[in-house]
Amino acid sequence: MSQDELGTVGSRFDLRAGKSPDAPDTAGYEGREATYGWVHSYETGSTVDGPGVRVMLFMSGCLLRCLYCHNPDTWHLKDGTKVDLAHAVRRLGDFAPALRAMGGGLTISGGEPLVQIGFTKGMFAAAKRLGLHTALDTSGFLGERADDDYLRHVDLVLLDIKSGDPEIYRKLTGVELEPTLRFARRLQAMGKKVWLRYVLVPGLTDDPGSIEPVARFVAPMENVEWVEILPFHQMGEFKWKSLGLEYKLADTSAPSDAQVRTALDIFRAAGCRAR
Amino acid sequence: MWEKLQPYFLEEQRKGVLDVDASAPSTVLAHAPGWIDRDNEVIVGLQTDKPFRRAIFPAGGLRMVENGLEAAGFPADPAVHQAFTRYRKTRNDGVFDAYTSEIMRCRRSGIITGLPDSYGRGRIIGDYHRVALYGVNRLLEVKREERAQVDDMWPNDEVIRTREELAEQMRALVDLAEMGKRYGCEISRPAENAREAVQWTYLGYLGAIKEANGAAMSIGRISTFLDIYIERDLREGTLDEAGAQELIDQLVQKLRIVRFLRTPDYDALFSGDPYWATECVGGMTLDGRTMVTRTSYRMLHTLTNLGPAPEPNITVLWAKNLPDAFKRYCIKISRDTSSLQYENDDLMRPYWGDDYGIACCVSAMRLGKQMQFFGARVNLAKAMLYAINGGKDEVSGDQIAPQSAPITGDVLDFEEVMAKFDATMEWLARTYVHAMNCNHYMHDKYFYERLEMALHDRDILRTMAFGIAGLSVAADSLSAIKFAKVHVIRDDNGLAVDYRVEGDFPKFGNADSRVDDIAADLVSRFMAKLRKHPTYRNAVHTQSVLTITSNVVYGKATGNTPDGRRKGEPFAPGANPMHGRDDHGWLASCLSVARIPYADAQDGISYTVSVAPTLARRGAEETIDNAVRAFDMYFGQGGFHMNLNVLSKETLEDAMEHPEKYPQLTIRVSGYAVNFVRLTREQQLDVIHRTFHASY
Repeated sequence: MSQDELGTVGSRFDLRAGKSPDAPDTAGYEGREATYGWVHSYETGSTVDGPGVRVMLFMSGCLLRCLYCHNPDTWHLKDGTKVDLAHAVRRLGDFAPALRAMGGGLTISGGEPLVQIGFTKGMFAAAKRLGLHTALDTSGFLGERADDDYLRHVDLVLLDIKSGDPEIYRKLTGVELEPTLRFARRLQAMGKKVWLRYVLVPGLTDDPGSIEPVARFVAPMENVEWVEILPFHQMGEFKWKSLGLEYKLADTSAPSDAQVRTALDIFRAAGCRAR
Repeated sequence: MWEKLQPYFLEEQRKGVLDVDASAPSTVLAHAPGWIDRDNEVIVGLQTDKPFRRAIFPAGGLRMVENGLEAAGFPADPAVHQAFTRYRKTRNDGVFDAYTSEIMRCRRSGIITGLPDSYGRGRIIGDYHRVALYGVNRLLEVKREERAQVDDMWPNDEVIRTREELAEQMRALVDLAEMGKRYGCEISRPAENAREAVQWTYLGYLGAIKEANGAAMSIGRISTFLDIYIERDLREGTLDEAGAQELIDQLVQKLRIVRFLRTPDYDALFSGDPYWATECVGGMTLDGRTMVTRTSYRMLHTLTNLGPAPEPNITVLWAKNLPDAFKRYCIKISRDTSSLQYENDDLMRPYWGDDYGIACCVSAMRLGKQMQFFGARVNLAKAMLYAINGGKDEVSGDQIAPQSAPITGDVLDFEEVMAKFDATMEWLARTYVHAMNCNHYMHDKYFYERLEMALHDRDILRTMAFGIAGLSVAADSLSAIKFAKVHVIRDDNGLAVDYRVEGDFPKFGNADSRVDDIAADLVSRFMAKLRKHPTYRNAVHTQSVLTITSNVVYGKATGNTPDGRRKGEPFAPGANPMHGRDDHGWLASCLSVARIPYADAQDGISYTVSVAPTLARRGAEETIDNAVRAFDMYFGQGGFHMNLNVLSKETLEDAMEHPEKYPQLTIRVSGYAVNFVRLTREQQLDVIHRTFHASY
């Protein structure tokens, strides 16, 4: 992907005066047919990010600046490790027999997987060739970049809608809500399976004004298999500190069981299958 | 019954050893019958005349007995002292007569540790259900026949030894029948109902633990056998389900109060008073039928009825074709109690058939047809340091291995280190087999397990079970040398005492074949070297990758290693990756361990996993689904063993600070379960520092 292209969707190049002196060398990095990418890390054995047991691939690069982000070290490509697509595919192949045996697959998260559209498409396509289930964990903000050919390789979208209130959404993430809603409607039209995820942050997103619009929005969507409440946690705090960033949620606590139940009730009352 | 025992447990937690009979060396008949609550005991029989009263076994070694007594605060008996110094030689005295100065050096430096020269070798499983199935009289008849057959053979050493052993076995059986009588049980005849079957089998086992204080005294694979009697009684209406469960509960209660007098040295190696009454449940028959019965469930259910506990060491023999409901039940019990271990029946069955038991933690053997000469383990990481230092110990500076040219370069070269390490392993294997032969010759001679062996065929397969510790440390060190740059730091005497690693390197536990292949190669390489040296009684060489809790002791005795591990830091237990280095999740971690070849580690490959409790968001059923699939996958990929803990780090930390709140907190360590609060502080910290996998 070229610098210009990134600029159009509001990347860090947008947010900063100029290209960072420590930005990665992107020469020869072809956005749509990538042979390499920047990877934050990978993890094996997750059972909560899609069906069965998953390999999680965390990509670098994200355009959102969520106040509660627990992986701020994935915001910039430069903080990732440059990895050959072929190498990453081989590595996935090492786990493929085990993943198939457990009815699991690959989940790409981040960061925002749709920043590196070429690399992640390559990974999803390879995963399908290996007989694995694939899941895309995204904020949906860059949904338009994922064309139908891209989504052909994706079995499940884990779609984060961080608030149903556009104002709160902007305050929370630094970007607009609308592109995410557009993406959700497109997934509905395609009949693409979705697990909608809602991060419950006390004092920030636990207001019915934030939750109810999301609940009403997704309730009629038959492609949404689950609505999942993800309770906010403080496990990302040390990362903000080590990056020298100001962490505004230091005093926010994890939601109580009662708060989680209340949020679940709002979704269920609207007709969602929530957990 | 169980209520009656609770005050003893509480008292023991405060005081330690409650009571010892220091004057009567234990045999089948040394002690009068003992009772807990005579009127309500359905299954009877105690090790001595009182519950929690420990016995002494001076024929194994007088010093062990006297050290144990001293540590427990009981006086030694002068008559016993005189008998075993003036009139009778002990097994220990024999072993040290036969050792060489080289073996003594290796023992002292800790490159070979835990040889059974200061405790009973154990790891022999009497086929205890023969007592119930045939009755003692029939067993005696067969032994007489076996004895008659060797009359015609020319009396070389082995034949004479066999004749003497058979004579001892027959005496032990006569004593066993007499012990039964004293408890009011006519065990000279076969058991006729379920209660008798449980009782007869237990009395066989009880006789064995009165005769020998082996480090591990497994009970075998009895629940499915007992199920046949229980089913018949249920069908005939002479027993109901409550009564059936009561039989198994009471048997398990008896197993939970078995106690041996151990020495502080032994406790440092194997903490928390374990004795490994390992009982196997599950598995398949050779013709493809499941061996899961209702009594398999009853055995597991004791963990619910009586609460979690380390003993008996319940071992699930996992097979792909086990009934799904049973798999799920096991996972639930693991989740609630962390008291189960799992071993791969599909992997073992082709080797050992469908009537094998597990001795100790991971050692499979055909019941009644096979025994092992147990032999602890060598410190592979230390051996690598010896290779670098020309055979000198990195801690003491003493010359332990034969002198050779040390490595003098500033940066370690993989080929050079590997060549020297190979030569060191060659020497170590030879010395190790040598030491083991001395041990088991003397054990047979002075402390023969006559009753356990009476419950075997005459002609048996013997294995000699060697072991290695520090596998992941050695593999990671070699990986660092190969894939990063390792600088050597030497002291004033030129001894390599520390290493500086420049760059990153693949670490065992991440399903990375670059280092996993090194680990697998070390196992096969050392096994090949062991096989070169003849064993006592032509035992078949086997090897384990198992440390139990001795990984702490091994680490303590080992200097800085080229993987960045600091001097004195514990090793990972068994075949586990080093703590915190398997940082790509449990799947990658277990796939690395599954690559260690069982063919070259037939005595077992121990792997312990700790996972945080289930996330509340998902239903329990889905979590169990995933766990069942994970087990099927791991064993399907060739994994051998899985010790599963479902616990959070916070719980363990709280238990360290407030042990009184957690009297029954049970945790699986390498190959057995232990009461967490009975571990030493060092071992508790070691457990807490292990990798906890978050998402499960």
